[in-house]
Amino acid sequence: MSTNTATADPGPRLSDTLREAASKYGLIAVLLALPVYLAISDLVQKGNLTDLGNNLVLGVSNGAIIALVALGYTLVYGIIELINFAHGDVFMIGSFVSFGLWGTFGITQGMGVAGMIAGLLVVMLLAMVVCGGLNVMIERVAYKPLRNAPKLAPLITAVGMSFILQNVGVLWLGSSQGSVPDIVNQAHVLFDIGGVVIHNGDVLALAVTMPLVFLLTTFINRSRLGKAMRATAQDPDAARLMGINVNTTISMTFLLGGMLAGAAGLIYLLYQTSIWYFAGFQAGLIAFTAAVMGGIGNLKGAVLGGFIIGIIQQLAEFRIGAEWTAVVVFTYLVLIMVFRPQGLIGEQTREAG
Amino acid sequence: MSSALANTPLKGRENLVVAVVALTFAAILPLFFDPLSLVVDNFILAAAYVVMALGLNIVVGFAGLLDLGYVAFYALGAYTIGWFASDHFSSVNGGEGFHVAAGEFASNLPGIHLNFLLVVVVAVIIVGIAGMLIGLPTLRLRGDYIAIVTLAFGEIIYRFAVNGDEITFAEGYKLTNGRQAISPIDSIDLPLIAPFDSAFSLRPFYWFCLVLVAIVLFVNFRLRDSRLGRAWIAIREDEVAAASMGVPLVKTKLLAYATGAAFGGISGAFLGSYLTAVNANNFQFGFSIFILAMIILGGLGSIWGVAIGAILLSFINSYFIPEVFNGVPRKLGLDFDLTILNFGIFGFLILLVMVLRPQGILPERRRALELTEGVGAGDAIEVRRP
Repeated sequence: MSTNTATADPGPRLSDTLREAASKYGLIAVLLALPVYLAISDLVQKGNLTDLGNNLVLGVSNGAIIALVALGYTLVYGIIELINFAHGDVFMIGSFVSFGLWGTFGITQGMGVAGMIAGLLVVMLLAMVVCGGLNVMIERVAYKPLRNAPKLAPLITAVGMSFILQNVGVLWLGSSQGSVPDIVNQAHVLFDIGGVVIHNGDVLALAVTMPLVFLLTTFINRSRLGKAMRATAQDPDAARLMGINVNTTISMTFLLGGMLAGAAGLIYLLYQTSIWYFAGFQAGLIAFTAAVMGGIGNLKGAVLGGFIIGIIQQLAEFRIGAEWTAVVVFTYLVLIMVFRPQGLIGEQTREAG
Repeated sequence: MSSALANTPLKGRENLVVAVVALTFAAILPLFFDPLSLVVDNFILAAAYVVMALGLNIVVGFAGLLDLGYVAFYALGAYTIGWFASDHFSSVNGGEGFHVAAGEFASNLPGIHLNFLLVVVVAVIIVGIAGMLIGLPTLRLRGDYIAIVTLAFGEIIYRFAVNGDEITFAEGYKLTNGRQAISPIDSIDLPLIAPFDSAFSLRPFYWFCLVLVAIVLFVNFRLRDSRLGRAWIAIREDEVAAASMGVPLVKTKLLAYATGAAFGGISGAFLGSYLTAVNANNFQFGFSIFILAMIILGGLGSIWGVAIGAILLSFINSYFIPEVFNGVPRKLGLDFDLTILNFGIFGFLILLVMVLRPQGILPERRRALELTEGVGAGDAIEVRRP
């Protein structure tokens, strides 16, 4: 710790630091604009924040599901810099598989709480396996042959894959939106804290997603395969030289992403009690927005972005009108892309640079 | 081709010869069919899609900017004619309407009625500006981020089209009519010739659209071989290298967006008039992919390839799937019509072409090199097969 080391590097310049701060906190300010505006208008008109609180609760639980899907985007992007456009549709297939399975197993409310939890856990595991497998297959068929092609090529096949999966959904359950039995009493009020209510669905969404997110981060940070994934993400060529089987690692990444999408599919089904072939495309775009907002390639960012987008979505739905939700979310997407493409806690990437 | 023309004055003008032959053939074609038949209707749609596909080809094929929201320009072009050539703004000018060379029939209707050619000019201006506005945020971005931003814009415009009936201004005018459609739209009424009448014959619409195709072909060829076109291709191959050789990125990219968008708008205005309705249902994301599939199938950047791809997919969409093969699943004992799968079929085609023959049916030589030998075209994904 000598004090007289003359350094050639004067550190980041003040103007750069300021610009960095402006772009980061500017985005946060843009994000806070809507809730703060609504909070003030609530306080002025009704004198309390109960409505906003309720919106936030729903937003957080909804955001947990979005976060699960967003993690799939971010995992794949982190490793091969590809927007897996079909990911939202894998999530949709997850909800279809779950619906089919719980019909097969005959899971109803009559089974009692323990029976239902056990049944739904089995359904979830199976949906995760199916979706993980599906995602690996998609990678083999649509992306792997194009690894040396220009970057746009796999993105285009991803769009094609997305349409194919949507039509699988159409063939499976028809093209109109259907509803599924509400077996967990989704809207049953569990707690009521001064007017802010927490439903069964909210608890369920968080109780399932948080352990999964925790497991995933632990897996990626601790396990051997997780280390291989991080190495491949950093530099595939160097990773191969170090003896990592890059192809297997990429497949495993798709497997993990697909599994999360499968789990999200079941939760979505229980939470929204509706099923639609097009839900995956919409949810996929919203989850992608979440991943970009947090900083694509960054796991924590995806979860954070999921919660933020979940809240924005709920606010837009209840305060502006459900038909304008997509406009609000996509406007945020464009704003992020313009002003801070690296997201809230992401680093500079080649794409965003 | 080049050898046959080796020593004639047409040497080096093979494209002109092909264009004259193809357009002449296309112009004679409807004479063999009933003027009101479905076949002529399909020809018209195909020609309109060729215009759009060649427009998108400028953005995606030449400049290499993947645009997944092209439908936005179709929508804006169609709404331009919806606003300026129908009785949508019915109480304009005290209910008497506002007419500029609108033709005999439309001149007595309320609402704004401009001549079709004027509408096209307005559409080009509106859509060109929209193209630049959509292009602006993507300037700093590369690759797939551009795709997502354009997709987001396309979706935003679609939502505005669907929910536009909630937005009212001035004397209660709605922005759009949503899924109720703005209808009827004035038919095309050109100076010096009789007004087009779809109840009498579809041929004039077709010939008019062929003129549009000829114009768009001419513009495409001239642009490709111009300084601007070379700048686009340079950006596609390597943006950084292009910039350091003095290509102004902002201007060049914005011009690509604006030019590509303008053709989408012209075609949209034409389709609005031909279909006599502007319905928000037509402006979904799938349509962008439909047009994208045409240029991928034909060969990104290859003008003739894109034209062929557009004709092919247009016929698959409006003839082969609904008319010829629609009953096939039922014959096989499956309980659905093929039409519900048409986007899946396009998705499958895209996938197949991209994996098996990424250069398309009729590839552009330069593009094929980029694909097979990894020349230019930005950064390939950095994972190579062992």
